[in-house]
Amino acid sequence: MSQDTFQLDGEEIPFTPGQTIMQAAKAAGKYIPHLCWHPDFSGHGSCKLCVVKSRGHVENACVAPARKDMVVENRSPELDDMRRTLLQLLFVEGNHFCPSCEKSGNCVLQATAYELGMLTPHFDHFYPNRPVDASHHEVLLDFNRCIMCELCVRASREVDGKNVFALSGRGIASHLIVNSESGRLRDTDFSATDRAAEVCPVGVILKKRVGFAKPIGERDYDQQPISAPRQEGR
Amino acid sequence: MSTTVLTAILDRHQRRGERLMTILREAQEALGWLSPETLSVVADAIGWPRVKVESTAGFYSFFHTRPMGQYRVLFSDNFTDRMLGSQALMQALCKQLWLEPGRVSEDGLVSVDATSCTGMCDQGPAALVNYRAITRLTQARIEQMGELIRNHAPLESWPEEWFQVKSQVYRRDRLLDHGLVSGDALKAAIARGQDALLEELKLSNLRGRGGAGFPAGQKWESCRSTPSEERVVVCNADEGEPGTFKDRILLTDHPDLVFEGMTIAAYTIKARRGFVYLRGEYRYLLETLEAVLARRREAGLLGNNILGQGFDFDIEIVHGAGAYICGERSALVESLEGKPGRPRLRTWSLSVKGYQGFPTDVNNVETLANACLVAVHGGDWYREVGTAKSSGTKLVSVSGDCARPGVYEYPYGVSVGQILADCGAEDTLAVQVSGASGTTLAQDEFERVISFEDVPCGGALMVFNRHRDMLEMARHYSHFFAHESCGFCTPCRVGTAVNAKLMDKLAAGHGSPYDINELFKMHRLLQSASHCGLGSTATNVIHDTLTKFYPAYQQRMQSLDYEPSFNLDRALSQARQMTGRDDSGAHLSNTETP
Repeated sequence: MSQDTFQLDGEEIPFTPGQTIMQAAKAAGKYIPHLCWHPDFSGHGSCKLCVVKSRGHVENACVAPARKDMVVENRSPELDDMRRTLLQLLFVEGNHFCPSCEKSGNCVLQATAYELGMLTPHFDHFYPNRPVDASHHEVLLDFNRCIMCELCVRASREVDGKNVFALSGRGIASHLIVNSESGRLRDTDFSATDRAAEVCPVGVILKKRVGFAKPIGERDYDQQPISAPRQEGR
Repeated sequence: MSTTVLTAILDRHQRRGERLMTILREAQEALGWLSPETLSVVADAIGWPRVKVESTAGFYSFFHTRPMGQYRVLFSDNFTDRMLGSQALMQALCKQLWLEPGRVSEDGLVSVDATSCTGMCDQGPAALVNYRAITRLTQARIEQMGELIRNHAPLESWPEEWFQVKSQVYRRDRLLDHGLVSGDALKAAIARGQDALLEELKLSNLRGRGGAGFPAGQKWESCRSTPSEERVVVCNADEGEPGTFKDRILLTDHPDLVFEGMTIAAYTIKARRGFVYLRGEYRYLLETLEAVLARRREAGLLGNNILGQGFDFDIEIVHGAGAYICGERSALVESLEGKPGRPRLRTWSLSVKGYQGFPTDVNNVETLANACLVAVHGGDWYREVGTAKSSGTKLVSVSGDCARPGVYEYPYGVSVGQILADCGAEDTLAVQVSGASGTTLAQDEFERVISFEDVPCGGALMVFNRHRDMLEMARHYSHFFAHESCGFCTPCRVGTAVNAKLMDKLAAGHGSPYDINELFKMHRLLQSASHCGLGSTATNVIHDTLTKFYPAYQQRMQSLDYEPSFNLDRALSQARQMTGRDDSGAHLSNTETP
């Protein structure tokens, strides 16, 4: 039985009915830039990095279903340009200091910026005031790096069954909150073994005392660009 | 005391989570603000994770998670309010009360701030005091208000005429002259039967009046044909588009027509539950509307076994809490469910999977009122007026520089020039149709007509005369969008804030053609990559004013080369003030001295 396919940047990609463009591309080892998408969770569609074009329309690859014989444009100069601007917006929205961040080399935001050749933040920085929460004995929350992808929200709700995280506020004042009256992580039922502790694509949720177990330079995206096919994870 | 009050509220709503918007509003009205303890009690009672309750409380402008004073004065901040002098009035009140805008007074008595358009543009400058609408503010009223606040005078003792909201209607047509008494349209609908009524509705080509213009018949049909045990009718009365106040007229003067339209929709699609999602700014209408609902129940027009026909339907009024995004129908449904108003993914149409997963029909107030006309007079009659693709009439809320601001009802196809002549506008430079997200028209476009084929109109038409600054207008609305973006998607959340900064830079005279290019780039990004209509229309006003009123931008530019918005010498001004120095050594060379 021959499988249905669609075209992604000129290559035939097989898919099974119900798969999104992103899922089919991932299964075929093709990279569509993304931040809020994770293979273990359903499409969220908020970061907009996975913009692709089909029949002249911009769609989000992480939520748009793959359809037979569709022609999808992915890594075109126009779309990558749009993605670079989106990345720059994210970099100026928070406080991202890669050289001093212990997530450097394992950070999806940083790796995606390298992949897309983002050279400067371009826009004026917002420099928001986002105090860290170091109250929990195992885990540190550094909100400065939050990109509002809600992966921790989804992981805590869907996998851990705990609802430790949520977004509150609106617009540029949107921010991550935790499930306690004090607003401190210590007062929630969060644990370092939660799925939510593993899923942050940037350096917000950090396990204490293991930050540099693997030195910078030897980490995942130090070895291979984020677009390289990987067996596990993103 | 506070726990008994809270328990009573929670009990009244059967501790149901989907009532969260109402529970939070009532809790705040009773307790003044939503404290961390209050949120915990509410979460516990409705059985939701606390974080979800806090997420909702933190999303809406009218919910406070910190005390905002015994008196909360919010000045309506549409551009038309500013044109009527609202900013000076706000400053005067702040000065009188020794306050900074946005800060609570030291004694916890009062806070003064601005809020997005409150829908009183034809009788501004307007404000909300403890969420009660006040119109026609003057310097004298502000002085008196300051006194009343300082004397801790309860709101009930404030002059009654301040709270008067007038229905200023200058042109009536088929809708406002409907001549129906309550029950007429519903009886006509039942006489036709569900199938025939739906056919008439499709024949009438009644299209959504909120702006998108989706055919109502198609919506109803798709809702009806989705198999489900329950269906829901929602009336979108979240009239948040700046400059729009036509639904206020319908809800004030013709509430029966609106409720009857909902009942007809329910009859046709077989729905048992209905909601009116009423914007928080129209809180003052709640008690009157509840009374109308009660009267309709008594008359057998609502409730069980309506008109003895064996169909049940009832309507509940839910208040918004100061979030423009909730006018977007899927955000509205999220809000109805007690969640932050973030638009859903477009995977499912609401008519398939809406409120609580049930097929849901969401219609604008004006669309539902029009459905009554179709039920009574039929589709052919309805199509007699209007244009080929836009049948019927349109309510237009006119405000700004004109002699007679108010609501005008026209058959579709009326020219902008005609409206300007009727409302007594002179020396008109520009017209903003459909509010902040709409189209800016220049003089040479005034022969264009209001219709889905040409200039669609969600209900607002703001008039600006030749003394108005179009850059300032666009800058104002760029801040509006930055404030109202829900924050879900990157382009809108960060992009609208970047736009507001760029517009500030241009207005301050530090802009260059570089910044103009940036604005065009952001326009393209937001238009194509945004999650919903808010983001994709947020830059319309910037784009339109840039292309049609470029001199307004050009005259503010000092340089053709890039200029940073950050000025080193200006950054030192605080240090100069602190050290009391202003000599040449305290200034950076090669930069302008003040």
